[in-house]
Amino acid sequence: MYFEYFVEGGDFTNAGYASSQIKKHLKELGVDPSVIKRSVIALYEAEVNIVAHAYRGKIKIFINKNGVKMLLEDEGPGIADVGLAMKKGFSTASEAVREMGFGAGMGLPNINENSDSFNIDTVVGKGTTLEIIINF
Amino acid sequence: MEEVLYHRALEIVEDVCVGCAHCMRVCPTEALRVRGGKARIHPEWCVDCGECYRVCPTRAIRVRDDDFSKIFDYKHRVLLVPTVFYAQFGSRYSRDNINGILGMLGFTEVCPVEQSVDLLMDEVNDYVHNSKNKPVISSFCPAVTRLIQVRFPSLVDNVLQLLPPLELSAQFYKRRYVQENGNDEGLGIFYITPCIGKIAAVKSPVGGYTSPIHGVINMDYIYNKVLLALKNRVDIVSEPLVKSSLSSKGILYPTTGGESVNVDAKCLAVDGLASVIDILERVENEELKGIDFLELRVCDESCAGGILLFGNRFMISDKMKGYAATIPDVHELVPEYKKYCSAVVHMERVEPRSLVKYDKDIEVAIRKMESARELRKVFPGIDCGACGAPSCTAHAEDVVKGLSDVNACIFLRTKYEKRGEIDSDEAIKIMEFIWGKDRFEKK
Repeated sequence: MYFEYFVEGGDFTNAGYASSQIKKHLKELGVDPSVIKRSVIALYEAEVNIVAHAYRGKIKIFINKNGVKMLLEDEGPGIADVGLAMKKGFSTASEAVREMGFGAGMGLPNINENSDSFNIDTVVGKGTTLEIIINF
Repeated sequence: MEEVLYHRALEIVEDVCVGCAHCMRVCPTEALRVRGGKARIHPEWCVDCGECYRVCPTRAIRVRDDDFSKIFDYKHRVLLVPTVFYAQFGSRYSRDNINGILGMLGFTEVCPVEQSVDLLMDEVNDYVHNSKNKPVISSFCPAVTRLIQVRFPSLVDNVLQLLPPLELSAQFYKRRYVQENGNDEGLGIFYITPCIGKIAAVKSPVGGYTSPIHGVINMDYIYNKVLLALKNRVDIVSEPLVKSSLSSKGILYPTTGGESVNVDAKCLAVDGLASVIDILERVENEELKGIDFLELRVCDESCAGGILLFGNRFMISDKMKGYAATIPDVHELVPEYKKYCSAVVHMERVEPRSLVKYDKDIEVAIRKMESARELRKVFPGIDCGACGAPSCTAHAEDVVKGLSDVNACIFLRTKYEKRGEIDSDEAIKIMEFIWGKDRFEKK
């Protein structure tokens, strides 16, 4: 089953739409609550990352009997040092973003902790694609 | 009456139901449909919130309370009265007047439900301090607990594993009676309820617990009885035993914020069904950071807005606050409560209740969900309810599950009629199947 969502950079009021939709669908499928929780947290973090850092992005979600695969492709500045971005507490978020309660530097590490497989493909100046897999 | 095991506290009285579908539109779990001109309830999905009861214009939704005359099966009849009950009466009737009438109606002992709040709050503070599952969600409002079981199963471990005040007070009167009489023979404990959620909670409690309460009485019913007696100035010939000890904490507890104000941690108090659902969504998404305790109540203005109450919820709540300001914040029975109830205050984990929509087999479920999504696209998306389901999405799901027909959609049906694929007799039949025979006859 395939779902697709579009995300606009800077649109914080709508950040979380994809994750709340996916949460609803996973519940309807009767997926284990702890798996749903991990999926929603990982997706929400990734969604907010696009809003906070990129210009726009597309979220592609694939669900089958084995699990959920999420691809988040954005057009944006890319990540210069992935190793550093994966460190807890590191953030390049602006002051304005932090004031809204985002940008604590927990995004990528949190996605990593909640997923069974996590890949980052990034090109500086072009954009970033995250691949998150969570098994049922 | 204690043998009766209710799975839910509401039922639809078929003869009275006119199939108006008001209830179907307000159900937070989409547990209602209309078939054959009558509302039908999916019992597994009902959370006993009472929203349907509020909007039913014909009183076809009945509260499954207990028959009042059953109280006389017991020699010693204890009545637990919630604070909101007194707050409905005009100021010329005192608590003493009201208690006197309750005695005349047959109760031998009358006591406030919120008497156990003082003991409970000490326990809640310890619990919140030690809990790893933050935010701790109050176990007070039974509809909230059931909503979590059905719609937010990942949060069951956040539910406070302590008994609500009603059960603690009931335990107190039972234990004290047993202490004095050697056993509980002859003791009947009754409760006046402001909502249906509490009926379900007493009849089929969560957390591996059995309630000592023998019967639940509808507040609407007893309010009328008491008011009638007061108006007729019935002579009080036999006073019931009244254990009225209550602190201001107890009075305020059933009002919004009255619970969290006594929790020494970062708290949030939320009332109203839609707001409660919104907050639970956020808790699930881990958006709610730094909150230790959540006080959630499904009714607006908490118990003052209970569905079985008479009067304006803001005025009732205001009256409770006014009364609380006149009494001390501690009462003399607290040490006795500690002695009798400290050992029973804990309950077990609340188990999730699954809301399996399509199938237990995930492959089948995915296939059916895909079909429902495809089908959803052909429906108009205006959620008119003419198909007997609360929304186009719900109708698509019903069709996939074999519970409804695509033709039930009035938009598609009109299209098929125009194309000559169904005739108007058939179209009327479909309408009658949903909305009942002779629905189009003028009455």
